[in-house]
Amino acid sequence: MGLIQIGASILTSLLIGALARGIWRTYLLLVFSILAVYWFQPLLPLLSFDFWLPALSLALVILIWLITSQRGAWRTRPNIIGLLIIIGLITFIDLSRYFLPDPVLTAAAPPQFFQYFVFIVIIGIMIFAIAWISHYYSWAISGTIILLIFMLIVLKTPTLSLQTSIFFRILANRSVENASFTDLRWLGFSYIVFRLIHVLRDKQMARLPELSLPEFATYVVFFPSLAAGPIDRAERFAQDLQKDFALSQDETLLAGQRIFLGLFKKFVIADALALLALNDTLATQVRTTGWMWIIVYAYAFQIYFDFSGYTDIAIGIARLVGIKLPENFAAPYTKPNLTQFWNNWHMTLTQWFRSYFFNPFNRWIRGFKNIPAWIMILIGQVATMLLIGLWHGITLNFVLWGLWHGLGLFLQNRWSDFVRRRFPDLSQNSPLQPALQIGGILLTFHFVALGWVFFALSEPSLAWLVFRKLFNML
Amino acid sequence: MQQNKPRIRLFAVLLKATLLFVLFNFAFISIREIPFGKLSLYNSIFPGRERFPFGETRESYNLSLFDLDAMFASHVLAGRQKTPDQYRVLLIGDSSVWGTLLAPEETLAGQLNENSFHACGRMVRAYNLGYPTISLTKDLMILDQAKQYQPEMVIWLTTLEAFPKDKQLNSPIVANNAERVRGLITKYKLLADPNDQALVDASKWDQTFVRQRRAVADRLRLQIYGALWAATGLDQVYPENYERAQIDLDADEDFHELPSLRDALAFDVLDAGLSSAPLMLLVNEPMLISDGLNSDIRYNFFYPRWAYDAYRQMLARHAAARNWHYLDLWDLIPADQFTNSAIHLTPAGETLLANKITVAIQTNCK
Repeated sequence: MGLIQIGASILTSLLIGALARGIWRTYLLLVFSILAVYWFQPLLPLLSFDFWLPALSLALVILIWLITSQRGAWRTRPNIIGLLIIIGLITFIDLSRYFLPDPVLTAAAPPQFFQYFVFIVIIGIMIFAIAWISHYYSWAISGTIILLIFMLIVLKTPTLSLQTSIFFRILANRSVENASFTDLRWLGFSYIVFRLIHVLRDKQMARLPELSLPEFATYVVFFPSLAAGPIDRAERFAQDLQKDFALSQDETLLAGQRIFLGLFKKFVIADALALLALNDTLATQVRTTGWMWIIVYAYAFQIYFDFSGYTDIAIGIARLVGIKLPENFAAPYTKPNLTQFWNNWHMTLTQWFRSYFFNPFNRWIRGFKNIPAWIMILIGQVATMLLIGLWHGITLNFVLWGLWHGLGLFLQNRWSDFVRRRFPDLSQNSPLQPALQIGGILLTFHFVALGWVFFALSEPSLAWLVFRKLFNML
Repeated sequence: MQQNKPRIRLFAVLLKATLLFVLFNFAFISIREIPFGKLSLYNSIFPGRERFPFGETRESYNLSLFDLDAMFASHVLAGRQKTPDQYRVLLIGDSSVWGTLLAPEETLAGQLNENSFHACGRMVRAYNLGYPTISLTKDLMILDQAKQYQPEMVIWLTTLEAFPKDKQLNSPIVANNAERVRGLITKYKLLADPNDQALVDASKWDQTFVRQRRAVADRLRLQIYGALWAATGLDQVYPENYERAQIDLDADEDFHELPSLRDALAFDVLDAGLSSAPLMLLVNEPMLISDGLNSDIRYNFFYPRWAYDAYRQMLARHAAARNWHYLDLWDLIPADQFTNSAIHLTPAGETLLANKITVAIQTNCK
């Protein structure tokens, strides 16, 4: 999100928070969230994909709402209104090509109405077919989860993404020479998929309360958290939507403080640090060990201020409309060990993985009685961190980053266990505690900062080069 | 405790914020005379730059700005104490002196320092004060500011393209330093019009922080780029491939739409520069002499033969009449030692030039 989009989001939220009451707040949030799905989507080199990808996001929302709601739920008034809002707005955006001289809501001109009509018919039939099947066959929910994961894998794997782009270029009778894996930059899709998998899994576990389509759709594509999270939980989000809310002065000030803090973090600190932060080019250009460390530190702080700044902005804007999005960061670089770091860094993502992978995986692996406990811990932590790494992109460097943290968490777990057993006096009341605390913070920060080397660079060979420079081994 | 907290009124907050914002902008106008550009992390936290900041891309870890104070403050010259055994030589000129496509050590100044030689019993240390736009007035502006660094000798490398009167104020750095240029016009009695439309005069509104935010950001960015200069030693992008200087030329005899060079060249600016330096060596810089298509009409992209020949004669006469130390090195460098322009040299070309200049410094030193 750029400054203009943030400014527009703030103004929209102020108006909705101040003026809209009851169900109208939900409807208006849905309207603006749908418009944001289109407006925030960057221009793509594939023809009309800046229209098709947001349309697919919304199609997935409708599909998964139909799957997770009770049979026939769509016939109720709010859900019919929700359906009309979604389909009506997509149609309006497509038809805008005929009455707006230049595209306003999309990066390029939307497709011709006939193409859109065919899309709507085909997608509509597919959605209702899958939804119908899912009410009779429980495997349909698992199948949908697998489909979402498959889509995520395609988008996150550079080779598959490139092949997909080539496929669509051939389909559109366009040159494949300029095809790139970045052709399918689907704004917010990673977050949308995680929200959708969460509701599907909760539906399977019978933990999901019944949500109306406007509530559900607003939850999935809520404009403040569309591009960079946080990943809220559907039932918590719906509770906020269902509460009476009128924007008060105090609430406006608190939200304003949070937004300004976020803007300062993102556009002043992070953007300034971005000039110095580690990247592929600097990895080869930096000449001395000292400067290499500074460049790595700059990256560590840049990524924190960038991401937490965006989160502050999202939380602040959401607050203006009465939605209390969950926190994503709690001073992670001041934590004395890696476990605490991960409990305070991108918290909603780690909680998601804990709920939907780590805990179920641990329960499953405990079934194997003859596997020693330490191996179970090792496998659980490494597998979880590997998946978190792969969520960022399916490349070798993200695998290495995941391994780095998985093994780090395992070693820290074993070390803590060892210290607790051998040196019980070192805990809490020891005079050494402050020194250990500071030492732990420094060690954890440096472990994380070194991990960012894999994260920031595109090739393991570059990461190795940086490590050699950092430790003066050239 | 919570209940005792004073209630904050949104309207009051917005009103105060607006007032503070307006006051800050007015305060910013009144403090613009303070030369904040002199505040610099260069030469203290970061090493000074070997040449002025100039660049348009982020990859060059460099940027162009109009604040001459900030430019000088970032230069290594500003951080070097002059020692009694040092013979300080300042080089001024255009992009050929600055060193487009050349690493700092490959530029003329870099190679002179590499030669490590003495003049009049002192060790010569050359400083690159070239800046990549072509205008005598731009050179004079830099020279006027550089005098405070007490050079023993100034070497001014120039070419015909810097001379046309209509070009003098068009260089962005000149146009955006209107007050400084007017000062030069008064001080040296230059013929340029102090009210020339090319000079950018900032209105009160243009002087507010809101309007000056880009300039402020540029000053800050220059400091941040200091870290990258220190870390990498890079201050421009060196592309592996670039378009070579044009050899085949159009059959065009035009030079700035001038029928002749008489009264068209800004010799007054040259006179001002020469009079202001303690010891000046004027150099007609080397240029590419094309042997391609229409090379009987033009020497290169910049010059038709008639104009350049006339200029050389005029400059030689002018220098001789004033007893200047003058070197005409126009044809010193072979055509294959130019890079992307008719005045940009390869490192080997710079070596040839540096050797010639080394002798000239030793011969003319005082």
